[in-house]
Amino acid sequence: MNELNKNNVAEQTSGGGLVFAANLSGVKREYVLKGETVYALRGVDLAVPKGDYVAIMGASGSGKSTMLNLLGCLDRPTSGKIWLGDDDITTLNDNKLSEIRASRIGFVFQSYNLIQQLTVIENIEVPLFYQGNMSLRSRKRCVELAKMVGLGERLNHRPTQLSGGQQQRVAIARSLVNDPYFILADEPTGNLDSKTTAEILDLLDHLSEQGRTIILVTHEDDVGARSKRIVRLRDGLVESDTRLRPI
Amino acid sequence: MTHAFRTLLSGVKSLYLHPMRSLLTVLGIFIGVASVIWLMAIGEGISKKAQEQIESLGADNIIVSTIKPPNEALSSASGGRGMQIPEYGLTRADYARLVETIPTVVNSAPVKDYQETFQNGRWKVDGRLVGCTASYVDVVKITLFEGRFFTDEENAEGCDYCVLGAGVAQTLFPYEEPLGKLIRVGDNYYFRVIGVANSRAPSAAIGSSLKSEDYSYDVYVPLQTMQTRVGDTVVVRRSGSMEGETVQLKQITLKVGSVADVMQTSELIKLTLDRYHNKFEDYGITVPLELLEQAKTTRMMFNVFMGLIAGISLVVGGIGIMNIMLATVTERTREIGIRRALGAKRGDIVRQFLVETIVLSVVGGGLGVLVGLTCSPVTQFAMGIIKRTNPELLASLPPIVQELKPIIVFWSVPLAFVISILIGVVFGVYPAIRAAKMDPIEALRHE
Repeated sequence: MNELNKNNVAEQTSGGGLVFAANLSGVKREYVLKGETVYALRGVDLAVPKGDYVAIMGASGSGKSTMLNLLGCLDRPTSGKIWLGDDDITTLNDNKLSEIRASRIGFVFQSYNLIQQLTVIENIEVPLFYQGNMSLRSRKRCVELAKMVGLGERLNHRPTQLSGGQQQRVAIARSLVNDPYFILADEPTGNLDSKTTAEILDLLDHLSEQGRTIILVTHEDDVGARSKRIVRLRDGLVESDTRLRPI
Repeated sequence: MTHAFRTLLSGVKSLYLHPMRSLLTVLGIFIGVASVIWLMAIGEGISKKAQEQIESLGADNIIVSTIKPPNEALSSASGGRGMQIPEYGLTRADYARLVETIPTVVNSAPVKDYQETFQNGRWKVDGRLVGCTASYVDVVKITLFEGRFFTDEENAEGCDYCVLGAGVAQTLFPYEEPLGKLIRVGDNYYFRVIGVANSRAPSAAIGSSLKSEDYSYDVYVPLQTMQTRVGDTVVVRRSGSMEGETVQLKQITLKVGSVADVMQTSELIKLTLDRYHNKFEDYGITVPLELLEQAKTTRMMFNVFMGLIAGISLVVGGIGIMNIMLATVTERTREIGIRRALGAKRGDIVRQFLVETIVLSVVGGGLGVLVGLTCSPVTQFAMGIIKRTNPELLASLPPIVQELKPIIVFWSVPLAFVISILIGVVFGVYPAIRAAKMDPIEALRHE
């Protein structure tokens, strides 16, 4: 497994176009909690090629959340390297990380995390707003995305006027608006009933078929089973990396 | 451009989410701004009135008046011999000296007055008998309603002509034409009415040497006539004893050719008079110009004081805004986390919250300006109500308040508005920075 990843890194750094959406190499993350050092990640290597659909799984405390924060550029590793595309994000400052988040990552959260005072269309627009990249064309794109996730009729509704499934669709549309390197989904079905869960997973499948890269963090086996590849974490290390389907 | 507009729009939307809270937050700034404008307007109204009254004395005039010295000084000067009638004050010799020796004096009006009772048949009124010369009309700015004032020649001849103040004319001649009629002054003298003056606003009491004067109960007679008939000595009989005093002139008003010479002339007058009034201080010099300068200083101090009060209320308003914004930041921790995750930089978050505070303070300032501009009509309306419901209360107020007309100081409006925006920035920065400093991971986890 480790051999394979190292080869991948070599392949990427030797140039030749964007092959990996995300690439982690020897990533460690430690932090001090009440005087005790907690080792959340203890040297993780993980390469996510373009178009992959990876489910990161593991029990609580396995390092899932830390991994998610690192992939989402919300946190920096204690040591090791993380590439998003061609850029090593471990050396970037806060403003640069914000720019990366705005342009390369599509977040989908368990609790939807829409902004309450904004309408559906405005919520979808937020990443573009922070990219400083809003125009009439981008507004058109937002409308198209809303239609794609089946909310073309509710553009001016507020999050409180929508069901959980609908809100999560808005969040997915929002995650796509900046044409990200990968969609980072954190338990996207955790708050939904089985029917809407199926709908959302179908939507993710559909996106994967279109060639989108998806990284999904979950602890539910049946959700993980829909992906192309399952990475299991245990005590801050990759326990297993199983490919279910080809990319 | 659209970016800034979107930030603004988003801020307004967030505030609109809690309309009541936003409104109450705005209240502090609103009251602060309105009070700046109101206090300045009222202050301006009062000082303008005071200034007008001083100006009515004439900025180019110098008023020298007789002041009664303390009794001890009088009795020691007269040698303490039993029934001496004390003599003090300005003399005709003083008058002549001043007019002849000071070149900058272009006009002058010596005056002497007593309290007297005026009578026309059964109509009777108490007032002031003023002995003066023809120049009095010009120097003191009296206008005549009808008839004429007496001339210098008539004064020199000692004619028994008189000019009535408006109040005296009305009381003594309610149904008849006063011109040409005789009125009885005191017990012994009769004067013929040759003119009636227009009514005049009473002057304010200014400094220590000028009492407030109501000109409508004056009767003007030639100074020469008064001197020959009444003399300089007035004796008042009281039960068992007699008191009296000898005063030649009560007041000399000197008109100076140019306002620039006023201060020097007043010093010259003092030098001239001091040589002959070295026993005790029995005269005072009032310079309206000097009073005007003083009034300006007072006005400035008043404005500073008002500004201080208004400033305090603005700061209180600002603290109110800051308090609410801090609460808002805590309440919206999650939203901050979401925005940060979606690519908002720290600067974006600072801007977002700063815009909200500025919107609050601008709205408060705007409302404050609007209400501030209503100062004049509202004051008039309130005065009207007091006049109708409680006239005694109004009458008990000083005249300057009774006739209060607030004047909005034009620069107080932009000043108050700009201050309100500054308050928004100053008190918004801390909550905004606190919001921006949050760790996005923690913020996202916040329930």
